[in-house]
Amino acid sequence: MSLGEWMFGYYLELAARSLRRSPGLTALMMVSISFGVAASMTTYSVFRGLSGDPIPWKSSTLFMPQIDIWGPGNGFIDEPPDALDYADAMILMRQHRAARQSAIYPIGPSLFPANSGRNRSPIPLDGYAVSSEFFPMLDVPFHYGSGWRADDDASQTPVAVISEKLNQQVFAGGNSVGKVIDIDHRDYRIVGVMTDWNPQPRFFDVQGGYYSVDGPAVFLPFQTSVAVHMINTGWDGCRKGASDPQSNFVALLNSDCVWIAYMAELDDAAAVHSYRQYLDAYASDQQRAGRFHWPPNNRLRDVPAFLDHEQVVPRDTKVSLLVAQGLLIVCLVNTVGLLLAKFLRRSGEIAVRRALGASRAAIYAQFLTEAAVIGLGGGLLGLIFTAIGVLSIDQILPPSLAALARIDPSLLSLTLLMAIAATLLAGLYPTYRASRVQPAWQLKAS
Amino acid sequence: MRAHPIVAALRRHKVAVLLIVLQIALTLAIVANALFIIGQRVERMARPTGIDERDLIRILQQWPVAPTGNDAAAIEQLDALQRADLATLRSLPDVQNVAASTSIPLLYGYTAGAITLDANQKGLSVHAAYYYGDQYLRATLGLHLIAGRDFDASEIRHGRAEPGSPVIIVSQPVADALFPIGNALGKTVYQDGKPSTIVGIVERLQTPRRSDSSWAYNSVLEPLRADDAYAGYVVRARPGRERAAMREARTALFAVNPLRLMPEPSAGLHAFSEIRARAYRPDRGMALLMTVVCTILLCVTAAGIVGLTSFWVGQRYRQIGVRRALGARRLDILLYFQLENLLIAGGGVVGGTLLAFGLNAWLMTHYEMARLPLIYVATGALAMLALGQAAVLAPARRASHVSPVVATRSA
Repeated sequence: MSLGEWMFGYYLELAARSLRRSPGLTALMMVSISFGVAASMTTYSVFRGLSGDPIPWKSSTLFMPQIDIWGPGNGFIDEPPDALDYADAMILMRQHRAARQSAIYPIGPSLFPANSGRNRSPIPLDGYAVSSEFFPMLDVPFHYGSGWRADDDASQTPVAVISEKLNQQVFAGGNSVGKVIDIDHRDYRIVGVMTDWNPQPRFFDVQGGYYSVDGPAVFLPFQTSVAVHMINTGWDGCRKGASDPQSNFVALLNSDCVWIAYMAELDDAAAVHSYRQYLDAYASDQQRAGRFHWPPNNRLRDVPAFLDHEQVVPRDTKVSLLVAQGLLIVCLVNTVGLLLAKFLRRSGEIAVRRALGASRAAIYAQFLTEAAVIGLGGGLLGLIFTAIGVLSIDQILPPSLAALARIDPSLLSLTLLMAIAATLLAGLYPTYRASRVQPAWQLKAS
Repeated sequence: MRAHPIVAALRRHKVAVLLIVLQIALTLAIVANALFIIGQRVERMARPTGIDERDLIRILQQWPVAPTGNDAAAIEQLDALQRADLATLRSLPDVQNVAASTSIPLLYGYTAGAITLDANQKGLSVHAAYYYGDQYLRATLGLHLIAGRDFDASEIRHGRAEPGSPVIIVSQPVADALFPIGNALGKTVYQDGKPSTIVGIVERLQTPRRSDSSWAYNSVLEPLRADDAYAGYVVRARPGRERAAMREARTALFAVNPLRLMPEPSAGLHAFSEIRARAYRPDRGMALLMTVVCTILLCVTAAGIVGLTSFWVGQRYRQIGVRRALGARRLDILLYFQLENLLIAGGGVVGGTLLAFGLNAWLMTHYEMARLPLIYVATGALAMLALGQAAVLAPARRASHVSPVVATRSA
């Protein structure tokens, strides 16, 4: 055993003895630290769950083009609309200027089970109409098969990609590729079964999407869905004063209301730059043609910037996190005060140790060890409170959000680390004061 | 100056005093803002909808493979399905009234538009949410008709939901905004350029939108049975028979036509109390969280005051003995510590007030928070002073029990 190790063991023993001497004060500090840390970590676990990057490995190469098709004063904020109308989305798709791209809209068709016995009622589906490039662009994982091919888009082939859950429900989990399902009384051939895919939020939906407990159940080709007038089950926004066609799908197609999410993959800065120029050139063309009476006003945000722009993370989540951090700070200030009291009460002991030859550094080591022990205790207690907090978060949040707050090793180790680091920080000033105790003066006074 | 010796003594513990002042200030800043958040949420949850919420049931369902487009055949097909449902529901023993209705307050989903006084949509324009339904809607929701009349059966149209019915019923705020002198009844207004005559005014009807806004009570009833992929009804159960009526309705609807979908949570059969609970869940949750945070904060701060004061009492054991020996009464010692705490807490309250408004200003710019009313800071400040006095009581009592004999002993 080296001297250092031996000394550390000695300080641990001193700390334990000192803490045992005033159990009330010790418990008070530990509980205070644990409350502060647990409140912070509980709200942080919610914030982390909601603000996480849904596709971290390529979110900076996925872009949502926005084109000002309504003109100044006709929208609801100063920004161009955050989705596309049908006509413009189709032109962007046709001109195909990005490496990969897809127009996207949410659909809610019904699946009619094949053996329509008495108890086989239709299954409501939650899904999206997308183009073939959607799957490779978003790295959608497949259990069986794959997405459909580009010529299926063009020829409006009735094909479908379904979720593992739906495959389980309808085909008992077997390889259903090539099988035919009845969606809204039309036959669709299954080309792929996804493995559980549920990125949060559904960033590929309009306005940055939303949080959902289950992933999408079905994907159908965009052109096929439009051809059969499968209605848009998502949001649509119309120019000020324009009437909203709502579920009248034909009217929606012919309107300049926006309802289509559009995603383009642009792999490097040059591609982003030239896509910006392309969008501006497109808007200029529209201006020359007399459709736009205003100069180009476009946006091209990547996924994180778009989610931020859409304020997908609820404001309450951020305010809660902030308030909980405030609570932690109060708990820390409280601990500084209590440690100060605790350490200075032992001025006599410090003076004796100093007089017997202990250096200031030794005093530092001793008292910081004691602070760390309190931090460790607070952290362990904090782990319990954090677990209780996260597990009871469904009392406070709706299920789709509560499901995203998870306890995992990184949260737990962060809790412990934070408690110890915070207590060491709180212990710095009291330790400094302890190290300044004058041995001679103190010994004489007592 | 009686406070002088106290101030002098505090100067000897600058850092410890500053720490308590800081802690009280931070606590007050957070508690005042958290109380304000709680107040806002409670106020929002207490908003009346204008409908009679008891025994009210909302049904929303989806027709699988509903015809889209505007062709007459599709509309008639959807309308026949809907009329069959309404007749079925009306015949149930525990059902008092039934109406077709696209929406209901607190449901979130809504359609809205501008109501104008002239066909060209120039001049005065009032934003309002539209409720499409039949002649029973007003009575089923239990809205209070303050002027005019209900829709007549002959006035009910059907088809795609579009504003601009020949007759409409408006909520009082809409009537007042359009006709400030109060002669709205019988007047013609325009929706998307189409004329409508106001035939009735209801006292209050919240829009389906949950969030606060200047037009939260601007609602219009349109006499139109909306024929769409989704069909919505409101059902008033006989008093106290809500659960029974829900069971009957579910069974009866699927018996008359099994081809209907009720994907939860947006569709299905729900008592209005469930809709209210779900709508205000985020507000309730936020209020609950802030209550927990405030409780922890106050406990931690109180415990901190007890801890530090106890330390001081221990440190000044001998001085207290000397004071007692020189003739100070127990009460004097007790008051000394109470007054000392009042001074410290007072300092914290002053700093905390500034911090509270600072934090609020920051929240206003970043999170669209409203301005913090003084009453919350004042309440918080009084709570902090009371908390300090209560927390210091036990150590102060212990100090007052120090025996004068202590003065004669060496420390």
